[in-house]
Amino acid sequence: MAEQTLRAWLLTDTPTSRRHAKLSALYQGWLAFRANTMAMIGLGILLSLVLIAAAAPLLAPHDPFVQNLGNRLAPLGSEGHILGTDSLGRDILSRLIYGARITLYIVALVAMIAPIVGLLVGTVSGYIGGWVDIVLMRITDIFLAFPRLVLALAFVAALGAGIENAVIAISLTAWPPYARIARAETLTIRSSDYISAIKLQGAGGLRIITKHIWPLCVSSLIVRVTLDMAGIILAAAGLGFLGLGAQPPSPEWGAMISEGRRFILDHWWVATMPGLAIFTVSLAFNLLGDGLRDVLDPKAGE
Amino acid sequence: MKMLEINGLNVWFGSGRDRVDAVRNAAFEVGAGESFGLVGESGSGKSTILRAITGLAPSWSGTIAVAGRQIEIRRPKDFYKQVQMVFQDPYASLHPRHSVDAVLGETLQLHGFKDIDARVVRLLDDVGLGQKFRFRYPHQLSGGQRQRVAIARALAPEPELLLLDEPTSALDVSVQAEILNLLADLRQEHGLTYLMVSHDLSVVGHMCDRLAVMKDGEIVEIMDVVALRAMKATHPYSQHLLQASV
Repeated sequence: MAEQTLRAWLLTDTPTSRRHAKLSALYQGWLAFRANTMAMIGLGILLSLVLIAAAAPLLAPHDPFVQNLGNRLAPLGSEGHILGTDSLGRDILSRLIYGARITLYIVALVAMIAPIVGLLVGTVSGYIGGWVDIVLMRITDIFLAFPRLVLALAFVAALGAGIENAVIAISLTAWPPYARIARAETLTIRSSDYISAIKLQGAGGLRIITKHIWPLCVSSLIVRVTLDMAGIILAAAGLGFLGLGAQPPSPEWGAMISEGRRFILDHWWVATMPGLAIFTVSLAFNLLGDGLRDVLDPKAGE
Repeated sequence: MKMLEINGLNVWFGSGRDRVDAVRNAAFEVGAGESFGLVGESGSGKSTILRAITGLAPSWSGTIAVAGRQIEIRRPKDFYKQVQMVFQDPYASLHPRHSVDAVLGETLQLHGFKDIDARVVRLLDDVGLGQKFRFRYPHQLSGGQRQRVAIARALAPEPELLLLDEPTSALDVSVQAEILNLLADLRQEHGLTYLMVSHDLSVVGHMCDRLAVMKDGEIVEIMDVVALRAMKATHPYSQHLLQASV
């Protein structure tokens, strides 16, 4: 009964307070999202990834850094090492579990830098127009003209190898598409009547951009970010694979594949297991992104 | 006193060979408390005059004076406390992610009012929307309800001159009458001056005291509503328009 009334309260057409209206809108979005099975699967995988990363010391059967050269390259299902061991006898499962932390760290940092830079550049450029637009968009074009991994490689080479520099390099190459999307959205929004209406209340450019344009751009950016996450993980793994991202003995998934590459013919699981992990997480982000698009993007929704 | 005086107003878009003259040499006055109509077919420049007054049109020349004060290109901050506008399409004039409360609250805040809560309540009552609409989003409102919110927003700064850009043309016929009656009531209660654009002569005949007929960016005739009802237009184009509307 209490659940029934809570549901009715959340689904009402006549919210009674600011908080009520917000919660009600959130709940309706959640209902729409929940109806999408694939997106729920994606969300489930990502939530378990977060849990695994948080509880890594409890879950991992072995220390990810302890070597045991007597038991190197143990096959799948061998005693005490379900996923086998790598070339230095380290437990692959434990390394994958600890590697989830690194993956999440990369994803979170990139997701905090690239879309925000892109949103700022895109909306300012689209709203102000004129020479500001021309200058900002040409800079964007220059960044877009480089192949992403090559540009990231150049940055890492200049800044030095390491996870933080890899994140900065990936972010620097990831923002231009967001700027383009935000600018395109801004161009359609800025000439609409509701922007004219708020101008007639004497609102300045800063208020219009942050309070009126951003809320409308953010949803399509969130969708784009989740869809790009797979690419970002792959780019980070690629940098790791090339030896320019996470450095050994750090259990980064890309670096693990790189290490396993030498044995791929005789001991395939060493490279395959981290590859499967990357594949699963990338797929989860793609599924989540598709679901979010249905909920957040008003144009695709109806 | 004249609330609005317009003289030799030209409005154009673009420049060089792309230049389009939307309004040419328009001149009329609206007295305080009067309701003045602008009629004409689509593209005759009626709405452009409103946009020039509010500063939404990019380039114009001539003189516009509101309550005896000349308008500069850069409008002073208190200009928008005096002049407000209601847009044509209520589906496009409300921010899709802002609730009614947010729309009115932000407007009041921008105009420096302190008692925002009380004023939001009063505005909603004024336009005939109850409290239950306060926290709704535009997609939870009908067209007529949205237009009432837009009217409430325009009334929030307590303006003297309200510019109405075909406020009912996007609505159903039955809702149109409600909104027109609301506007007529509000004008009486608040002592507002209206400048109303419409292509519907019967709406103008119902709402306005005087009207100007526009064709291709020029005002061809200014007449009062008595002449309109008696079908006594002097310019051939207005005669044609009257004939067509019967």
